[in-house]
Amino acid sequence: MTETLEDMEPGDLDVRTLELIETLARQIRDRIEKGELPEIRLPVRSLSNVTYDAAEGYFGLGAARKTRTLTVNTAKSFAQTLRMMATSYGMVEKDDFATKREAYYISKNWGDCRFDEQAESDAIMDDIEALASIHGLSREQLRFYPEAHGGSVAGRLTVIDRNAGTGEEIEIDCTRLGSGAYSIPHSVEQLSFRTDARFILAIETGGMFQRLNKHRFWESADCIIVEMGGVPTRATRRFIRRLSDQQDLPVYCFVDCDPYGFTNIYRTLKVGSGNAAHINRFFCVPRARFLGVTPQDITDFGLDDATHPLSKGDVKRARDALHNDPFIRQHPQWVAAIEQLVGMGVRAEQQALAKWGLNYVIEEYLPEKLSNPDAFLP
Amino acid sequence: MPDQTTPPEAQPQKVSALELAGRQRDISISEFFLKNRHLLGFDTPEKALVTAVKEAVDNAVDACEDAGILPEIKVELRRRGRIFTVAVEDNGPGILEEQIGRIFGKLLYGSKFHKLAQSRGQQGMGIAAAGMYGQLTTGKPLHILSRVEGEPLATDLYVAIDTQKNRPDVHRKKHLEWGHPQGTRVEIVLEGSLQGGRHSVGAYLRQTAIANPHITIHYQDPDGHTRDFFRSIHSLPPRPREIKPHPHGIELGRLIQMLNNTDSRTLMQFLVNDFSSVGRKTAARIIKAAGQRVSERSYPTHIAHTQAIALHRAIEKTPVLSPRTDCVVPIGEPQLLKGLQSEVAADFYTATTRPAGSYRGNPFQIEVAIAYGQAGEARVDVAEGGRMNEVRPEPVPAGEDLLGLKDEPAHLLRFANRVPLLYQQSGCAITRAAIQTNWRAYGLHQPKGALPIGPMAILVHLASVWVPYTSEAKEAIEPTPEIVKEIVLGLQHCGRELAQYLRRKARLRREYERRVYIETYLPHIGGALQDILALSDEERDNAMQRLDSALHESRQKQGGGHDGNA
Repeated sequence: MTETLEDMEPGDLDVRTLELIETLARQIRDRIEKGELPEIRLPVRSLSNVTYDAAEGYFGLGAARKTRTLTVNTAKSFAQTLRMMATSYGMVEKDDFATKREAYYISKNWGDCRFDEQAESDAIMDDIEALASIHGLSREQLRFYPEAHGGSVAGRLTVIDRNAGTGEEIEIDCTRLGSGAYSIPHSVEQLSFRTDARFILAIETGGMFQRLNKHRFWESADCIIVEMGGVPTRATRRFIRRLSDQQDLPVYCFVDCDPYGFTNIYRTLKVGSGNAAHINRFFCVPRARFLGVTPQDITDFGLDDATHPLSKGDVKRARDALHNDPFIRQHPQWVAAIEQLVGMGVRAEQQALAKWGLNYVIEEYLPEKLSNPDAFLP
Repeated sequence: MPDQTTPPEAQPQKVSALELAGRQRDISISEFFLKNRHLLGFDTPEKALVTAVKEAVDNAVDACEDAGILPEIKVELRRRGRIFTVAVEDNGPGILEEQIGRIFGKLLYGSKFHKLAQSRGQQGMGIAAAGMYGQLTTGKPLHILSRVEGEPLATDLYVAIDTQKNRPDVHRKKHLEWGHPQGTRVEIVLEGSLQGGRHSVGAYLRQTAIANPHITIHYQDPDGHTRDFFRSIHSLPPRPREIKPHPHGIELGRLIQMLNNTDSRTLMQFLVNDFSSVGRKTAARIIKAAGQRVSERSYPTHIAHTQAIALHRAIEKTPVLSPRTDCVVPIGEPQLLKGLQSEVAADFYTATTRPAGSYRGNPFQIEVAIAYGQAGEARVDVAEGGRMNEVRPEPVPAGEDLLGLKDEPAHLLRFANRVPLLYQQSGCAITRAAIQTNWRAYGLHQPKGALPIGPMAILVHLASVWVPYTSEAKEAIEPTPEIVKEIVLGLQHCGRELAQYLRRKARLRREYERRVYIETYLPHIGGALQDILALSDEERDNAMQRLDSALHESRQKQGGGHDGNA
């Protein structure tokens, strides 16, 4: 796949999306006209077909494909897949979108073909999405939008959006939003950016984001701050990815010092997750680096008495990452860091820095860390 | 069976009993009959009516077959209150005038008792017993009309039975014109009761038609409704041959009787001449096995009891060829299938004729047939090109069909020498064998100790030169191990065929349901393709037509084609 989303204008992408769906439909019709049973070839989405691409730096789908031939067992899902593709086609044509929940309700008008549970429509959607992904198109291109909205953004950034009705450009200056912030939309493909920031700071908690925004940290540090709110949503990940790619900005991650922060929040942002391998190529942020809080920070910043013991679940998660996570095992620094944390037997939250005063994080911790980005974990 | 349904004023046996009390020294055949009417099948008015029809029809058919004539039987019932007239007419050879009285007016007179050959009647008891029953209940004699081929006029006469002397009393004899070139018509007036369902006259005649596809029967019930059972086979079954007894299974008493009555002058001659399947070599072996006390030259009538016992044992021990089978005439598999098919509407038929076996020296042969599948039940048919259709035939009115319902025990149709057995089902060898057979192995439900459940009729026919009935009423067959075993083998054979059919049917049903399932989604596939590719309605419908055909063809490739309904 030489061409990807990054090479094209949004209009081109729509043309490609329509072409893809038409091509698939035409292949099916051709088989029917030849008197053969129609079939759809879909990438296998199971973990066995997920590989970690060390060079590209993300989890990707392997070469395994499943062929869904029209038979008794597949008749319903075959029809549903086609129906779903037709729905997508119609939405691209009319420049509309449907959330996963809405897509589920659309099917209620399909008679025998309807979905009984949203889990069924989500699975079909994932199949189509995986199929589109190997042709360089994301689910948002198919006009299926996630339910969860993106995180918040503040800092030295101007987001250029369009008025959906008139097509007129709208510029949002993220320095002029006061104590509020810019909310990342469900689909970010149409956005473009203007910025003079030096880096993007992705923050785990809303509280920390509020603190940094209120004290206009981004002004002094020349950066854009993004609130992830736990594991980042697709929109947030895609937003950071596009911003990082287009403006050539490094991404620094500021999360809790615990196995969940490392392997779920940070790793998902950077390389994606195994069960959404078909989309990771669009959503991963390979330029992300781990600023903190690191296990070494607990010692370096005297947070020993502001920690909590690791729970059983934390230890299990840590051991699992050490043994099975290809991303962690790829990086000796991460192995060392996690082993250190397990050795210490404690975890520390971002907020633990408040031990030294509420604004210690702004005045001492972040400036000191940012003075040496090379020391960030990969 | 005690007769509790009959009102007191209609109990003729009480009147007769009083008469008899006055003449105590005359122990007559009619007294025997009265005491043993249940043995002869006249214990209730319902049964008496069916039995009278049965005896008359058996006689008529035997007469026709003996004369080599395809039987054409007419059965008419008329009723006045509780009094029925049973009229049975055949196209047989007719009866010589001087014989008529003895045939119909004398119990235990007949041509069948003394020979060892397969026939419907066997004691010469039936028709005269029916006449006597009529006479006892209504006082009316038998009315006979008979014309022998070539005679210008038919003989018309009444036969009463002199119950004290067991002698026919013929009167009102006259000769008259009759519109038939030959044949016999018997009218019995008797007290009876008309019953519907499985023990009705209609059911009896229908079953007779099944086992005798070469017979045509016209039936007119008391209400004037007619029903015709036309023959589907236009040739007579082969004539059964008369045979000598087979040595195996013969009882000691019978052996001694035969030794005493034989014309043979040596034991060797006796064994060779008076038994079937015994040649000189076998006879020599038997005599040698019998030991020192008998020799080839022993004079049969001089053989003592102890010697006879030794001889009997020797016979049992010595291997003898199986009895000749040409003395037993089975209905035949194709004939049985035709008979079933023309009277029982079912989806599946199978029939088998077992090799002949022997029971007490009497050869017998078992035939089994099964009809399965309630007509009226939906089924899946496969047409040319693999297309499947669900067929829902017109339902058959309840009670009209010989097949059981889906959740009822199978109906058992029992026959002995082509005669349907309607009563005493539970005591019959056929029932016992059907219960012993493990039908579960063939995909049917079967409660413990019961007949299998399903919309099916199981037909079993025993053909034998001497059918071991449990009573003189000829209602059930004695369940001897030899006979039960043979029936079970026949049932198993048909059961395997049935299982194969049921598997195929289940497979078709599954496939059909799958097909319907797929077809539910075809319009959606068509609609989606139309939306994406902007197809016209016609293009869309053509594509779906194609897809539909492709699906049907793929069934043929995978499913190994279709072979129609067996």
